[in-house]
Amino acid sequence: MSRKADIPVGHDAIAEKGWLSAHKYLLLRRFSQAFFLAIFLLGPWFGIWWVKGNLSGSLTFGVLPLTDPFILIQSIVAGHWPETTALIGAVIVAAAYALIGGRVYCSWVCPINPVTDGAHWLHEKLGMPKGWQPKANTRYWVLAMVLAVSVLGGVIAWELVNPISMLHRGLIFGMGFAWAFVLAVFVFDFAVARRGWCGHLCPVGAFYGLLGTKSLLRVSAVDRAACDDCMDCFAVCPEMHVITPALRGRDEDTPLILSPDCTNCGRCIDVCAPQVFRFTHRFDDSPAPARPEREKNTPSTKASRAA
Amino acid sequence: MSSQPKSKMDRRRFLQDAARAAAGCTLGGLVLAKLATDAKALPAQALRPPGALPEDDFLAACIRCGLCVRDCPYDTLVLAELGADGAATGTPFFTARDVPCEMCDDIPCVAACPTGALDKGLTDIDDARMGLAVLIDEEKCLNALGLRCDVCYRVCPVIDEAITLEQRHNTRSGHHAIFMPTVHSDACTGCGKCEKSCVLPGEAAIKVLPRHIAMAEAADHYKLGWENPDPLVDDLIDLPDRLPGPGTDNLAAPGGYEFEPAFKLPGGAGQ
Repeated sequence: MSRKADIPVGHDAIAEKGWLSAHKYLLLRRFSQAFFLAIFLLGPWFGIWWVKGNLSGSLTFGVLPLTDPFILIQSIVAGHWPETTALIGAVIVAAAYALIGGRVYCSWVCPINPVTDGAHWLHEKLGMPKGWQPKANTRYWVLAMVLAVSVLGGVIAWELVNPISMLHRGLIFGMGFAWAFVLAVFVFDFAVARRGWCGHLCPVGAFYGLLGTKSLLRVSAVDRAACDDCMDCFAVCPEMHVITPALRGRDEDTPLILSPDCTNCGRCIDVCAPQVFRFTHRFDDSPAPARPEREKNTPSTKASRAA
Repeated sequence: MSSQPKSKMDRRRFLQDAARAAAGCTLGGLVLAKLATDAKALPAQALRPPGALPEDDFLAACIRCGLCVRDCPYDTLVLAELGADGAATGTPFFTARDVPCEMCDDIPCVAACPTGALDKGLTDIDDARMGLAVLIDEEKCLNALGLRCDVCYRVCPVIDEAITLEQRHNTRSGHHAIFMPTVHSDACTGCGKCEKSCVLPGEAAIKVLPRHIAMAEAADHYKLGWENPDPLVDDLIDLPDRLPGPGTDNLAAPGGYEFEPAFKLPGGAGQ
């Protein structure tokens, strides 16, 4: 076990950049999540009706309709052709996320994100094993299943169980027993599968991921030559497989993280002491030389690993 | 050479993974489909807003945004909470006995619906068919008992069309009238004001039910002579009427004595 494994993740970044800078995107993200919840609560709590509705469909300032495109697609395949208002709302939302990255929804807006992050925090705190890990592409199977049930059942299928809208709608309109679904996600991520829900199963995340496949806003491992193998970015990344191709790429490989799974949460930028990562756009072709070839470490024997 | 076994392994692995994922998703899909069919069973006293599509179509159309709830000026509509209300979670409904529909002229809930789950084709609120009022307990209804309550009749927004008071003889007292509240399905919007205002404590004697529960299916194979004066069959064969009396084969009444008809048909018909 290396010396660094005992040091808390982001320790070097805090020492290097200061606490605030090492938590910049985390704080911004929490602020964003709180903001999107708060504008929906202004009406029911304080009577300020700037925004009516919820994440499934809303009306802002009485003119701007927004609709969840995934819900609307389920509605259409279930056999209902929606009114223009909902269609326009869905196009606006889809265009925005196609531009800034589909899974920005997951990390910056979705109210379940703090729940799964909380589960992960507790999971790490208690040193739980990573548990059962469904394949990352299971979410596409779930997505296909949801659409199939919508077609065959003639209903918006995912809304029968969607913990995202249950939590969001529950906070705004009244919860009922729906908190059980939220608790189930927490327990699943905490005790069954680390990062299991958002990273492997949620069809909403899968849909938004596909939506943002060609998105402009990207994280780039532009200074990958400076990487000191501290592994902190892998430790904080909810979709760690997206980092490898960019960070470990050769000179001719792009340093851009192009996987649709990347949620653009920016935590890798936060915790990286050598400041390898930064936000940029997908056409950024600033030169990013790979790390110099390293001497191969002798593979650690079982004995040394156990020590 | 080295790629051959590798690709074989990949294929096997791919097939295994695919089979596993497909099986898992089939299981999940079955659960979801069960929930979907359950969701279609709307409780009888949860009424959909005016203009709501039939329940099957409604669940394909309603995205559960709650905009209809927000624009309802009387706070009639609520979104169903899981486990508490029985309607599909997050869908709008109202309970007549709590808050009935006030039948706004501009129908703001329909205007607010972004998807058309509440049909924009509904422009006159009197055309709404949220349900049908049914005088469900005649044993407790004060009017049916011969008293004069009339409240459901008087609060009805389409008074004298949706509910009328039908006069009938009160056989209990022998010299009073019963003013029976009578609902007419062609005019009742199902707003629920009658149910809300029923003076009985607790449950009302008149309730608004979904139309598919409240209405029987018409027996179209019966012809109602007062609506269709044309005979069913042209040139109906007129068989002789057979009445008891002299000249017929059923002269002998039980007991063996001669049967005397209580009345004689004019012109001696039936002979």
